[in-house]
Amino acid sequence: MRHLLRTPAGLAGTVLVTAMVVLAVIGPPIWGAEAEHIDPAVILQGVSDAHPLGTDNLGRDILARVLVAGRLSLVLALLTTLIGAVAGVVLGALPSVLPRRGARLVTGTVNALVAFPSLLLAMFTAVISGLGARGAVLGIGVALAPGFARLTQTLAASVAGADYVAAARMLGVPRLRIMTRHVLPNIAEPLILNLTQALGSALLALAGMSFLGLGVQPPSFDWGRLLFDGFGRIYDTPAVALGPAVAVALAGIGFNLLGDALARAAARGNATVRAVPGAGAVPHEESEPDPEAVLEVRDLTVTFPGGVTPVRGLSLTIAPGEIVGLVGESGSGKSLTASAVGGLVPYPGEVTASRMRLCGNDLDDLTEQRRRKLLGTSLAMVFQDPMASLNPALRIGGQLAEVATVHQGATRAQAWERAVDRLDHVRIPEPARRARQHPHELSGGMRQRVVIAMGLMGTPRLIIADEPTTALDVTVQRQILRLLRQVTAETGAATLFISHDIAVVGELCHRVVVMYAGRVVEELPVERLATGAAHPYTRALVASLPDMETDRSQPLASIPGRQPAPAEVGPGCAFADRCELASERCAELPPLVPYGKAHRVACWEAS
Amino acid sequence: MIIKNLTVRFGAFTAVDDVTLEIPQGAIVGLVGESGSGKSTLAKAVTGLVPYRGEITGADPRRIQMVFQNPYASLDPRMTVGASVGEGLRLPRAERQAEVERLLSLVSLPATLAGRYPRELSGGMRQRVAIARALGARPELLVADEITSALDVSVQGAVLNLVRSLREELGLSMLFISHNLAVVRYVADVVAVMHQGKLVETGPTEEVVGAPRHDYTRSLLEAVPRL
Ligand SMILES: Nc1ncnc2c1ncn2[C@@H]1O[C@H](COP(=O)(O)OP(=O)(O)O)[C@@H](O)[C@H]1O
Ligand code: SF4
Ligand SMILES: [Mg+2]
Repeated sequence: MRHLLRTPAGLAGTVLVTAMVVLAVIGPPIWGAEAEHIDPAVILQGVSDAHPLGTDNLGRDILARVLVAGRLSLVLALLTTLIGAVAGVVLGALPSVLPRRGARLVTGTVNALVAFPSLLLAMFTAVISGLGARGAVLGIGVALAPGFARLTQTLAASVAGADYVAAARMLGVPRLRIMTRHVLPNIAEPLILNLTQALGSALLALAGMSFLGLGVQPPSFDWGRLLFDGFGRIYDTPAVALGPAVAVALAGIGFNLLGDALARAAARGNATVRAVPGAGAVPHEESEPDPEAVLEVRDLTVTFPGGVTPVRGLSLTIAPGEIVGLVGESGSGKSLTASAVGGLVPYPGEVTASRMRLCGNDLDDLTEQRRRKLLGTSLAMVFQDPMASLNPALRIGGQLAEVATVHQGATRAQAWERAVDRLDHVRIPEPARRARQHPHELSGGMRQRVVIAMGLMGTPRLIIADEPTTALDVTVQRQILRLLRQVTAETGAATLFISHDIAVVGELCHRVVVMYAGRVVEELPVERLATGAAHPYTRALVASLPDMETDRSQPLASIPGRQPAPAEVGPGCAFADRCELASERCAELPPLVPYGKAHRVACWEAS
Repeated sequence: MIIKNLTVRFGAFTAVDDVTLEIPQGAIVGLVGESGSGKSTLAKAVTGLVPYRGEITGADPRRIQMVFQNPYASLDPRMTVGASVGEGLRLPRAERQAEVERLLSLVSLPATLAGRYPRELSGGMRQRVAIARALGARPELLVADEITSALDVSVQGAVLNLVRSLREELGLSMLFISHNLAVVRYVADVVAVMHQGKLVETGPTEEVVGAPRHDYTRSLLEAVPRL
């Protein structure tokens, strides 16, 4: 709701719609008598102090009539929308309930109706059911139905494919119950959003019908009817027609703005906006920057409104040619750490750091343009879903070539040649042919290679790979890991490899950073991971991992409880309520302190 | 239960090709193979979610239940845990609540969880709820399709322990699907290896893992990441 009022459009929509509703409630009792008051002395008058919008052919005050007509206009629009929505939702839901042949018939009908011009459909229904308000409401309601039906069908189809629906089917839950218990409640939200917008359209369409004389008939009147009555006089006294026209326009705009804003607020969860890294950074740092490091991050914190702090004072340094593994369970803040480095933290997240250096440049000191250029040329990002980085509509070669034409000023022919060369380099068979294909023609593993090749179009200094093999099979995973290792070795780039799978990290990386609830709890050389880990969480992670030698007669180790959510993290050690070694001291936050060579740990019991 | 010459075609593409596999009473059969090899399609055929050619004998189709990979997608977000678990139970209201509590305790969850919504639960807890829901149908066979691959290692162990204890306490037969050989080795009595829709090797777990006969099994074993 707060989001809704924050945008000008949302605010305007809310205000307009509220005003309309208030008008519909208070209009008739206050101005009703005046609107009906016939006064032969002031017939067809223009604008005056007594009648700000003039009078009609029976001497009634037009302003009062406009204010009173609000109720009928809104009620009719509401009725119309309800008819459209109910008919549409039933039509749209039927295919999921009916046996296959009936379903096909209904789907076909809906498709035909969607293709049919809605104005014709409305007129046709209105003429059949007779002139007047009833005809107009039915006609426009029917014209709205196919749109609702199509929307319901699409939404229902996606819910019907969900695992929980399959589970219910296996348990023998009848189709109709699946519809009412699982499908409808889960599609209600988008449907209601659509309803708001449909209200606006219905209002405009009804006004149109009345204006054509096909809608509300005297002595009743809505805005459209008032417009119809005043239209003949528009050249000598424009105010008599403008009054109702403005009312219709404001109401229509109000509902559409509100509907749009609601839809946007609902979609907000996955909006991606660039945030400015380092806003509000602490200017004075105690230690000197590390000149060797490719990436140096100090005290990185990412916060969202409402006290949600998924990353808490994280520090990280990566040297050229080094592969650092960032492990931790999901929700520990690994991906947000990567996003913060790439300047990709979604709105309204806020990123602060006392230092954020990439290739010797302070990211905070750079202008927006130079920072973009630096990130564009020296950072390569690989995500779990390669399609997040690839445009499904473009050929692979073209997407790679674009990197070279934009950042390196290559000609198109040179860029294409380099793209094919890079595809060959990541061992994609027949690179010249593959370059002309679209992403969907490739397997998941091949797409991930393409994304890596894209990073290799320039000379990346930092490679960030966020769960790049999680969606792949073990055999393909192995090939991708090998490729990452080879690429890091030959480019001398620094690599940050993010994974929840400690076994994969152990196999690939030189150094391991373990995160828990937004903080680094341990940092250690990979050789020490299996037997030399000092933090109880790292140890438990290692112990709970089955391998090919695990004793099958013993239960597996596991950690009871769960990681606190980013808003629940308390002042002490976040692992305390799952930790066997926890004592009173753990109510205070353990600092990350050295523990032998190249090893640091944050635990009171370890140090 | 015996699966005999089971074939599933999607148009011209054969997803499962003439698979014959026995799941002995009270045993856990592990099914491994890369994604796209047909594991999930075989699971769906066994549970009646896709049409197939071939024969499945020795089990009442209504008493075959499945637990899905993604615990975030397999529970209706708008239903409480109690409503999800109780959905398939044909019992009067009063008895239903007691049965829901019994099912939750089978998967080591407190009865108080019945009033909560899935969003309040961790992935591991949700997966237990999904297992409890399946157990409500008193299944003769439980099909578990990658039930730990969306979970963090720290909770995977608890779910795998649960799988083994259910077999011991309830004598449940299970088809346990995973791409992770180490996980399958830990829970399964028999391992079946699937490749491009066909079963390429089947045998007791120790034999398949210790002395693989098929090249594809060997490459799977080599690819297992080690600390
Ligand atoms: N846009 C956002 N708004 C609010 N919270 C978020 C947002 N993005 C991520 N979070 C929260 O931050 C925490 C860490 O997320 P993430 O970095 O994705 O963890 P990981 O990659 O370790 O799984 C999660 O609890 C997540 O819910
Ligand atoms: S500081 Fe205390 S609670 Fe935290 S890990 Fe160490 S012993 Fe456990
Ligand atoms: Mg992540």
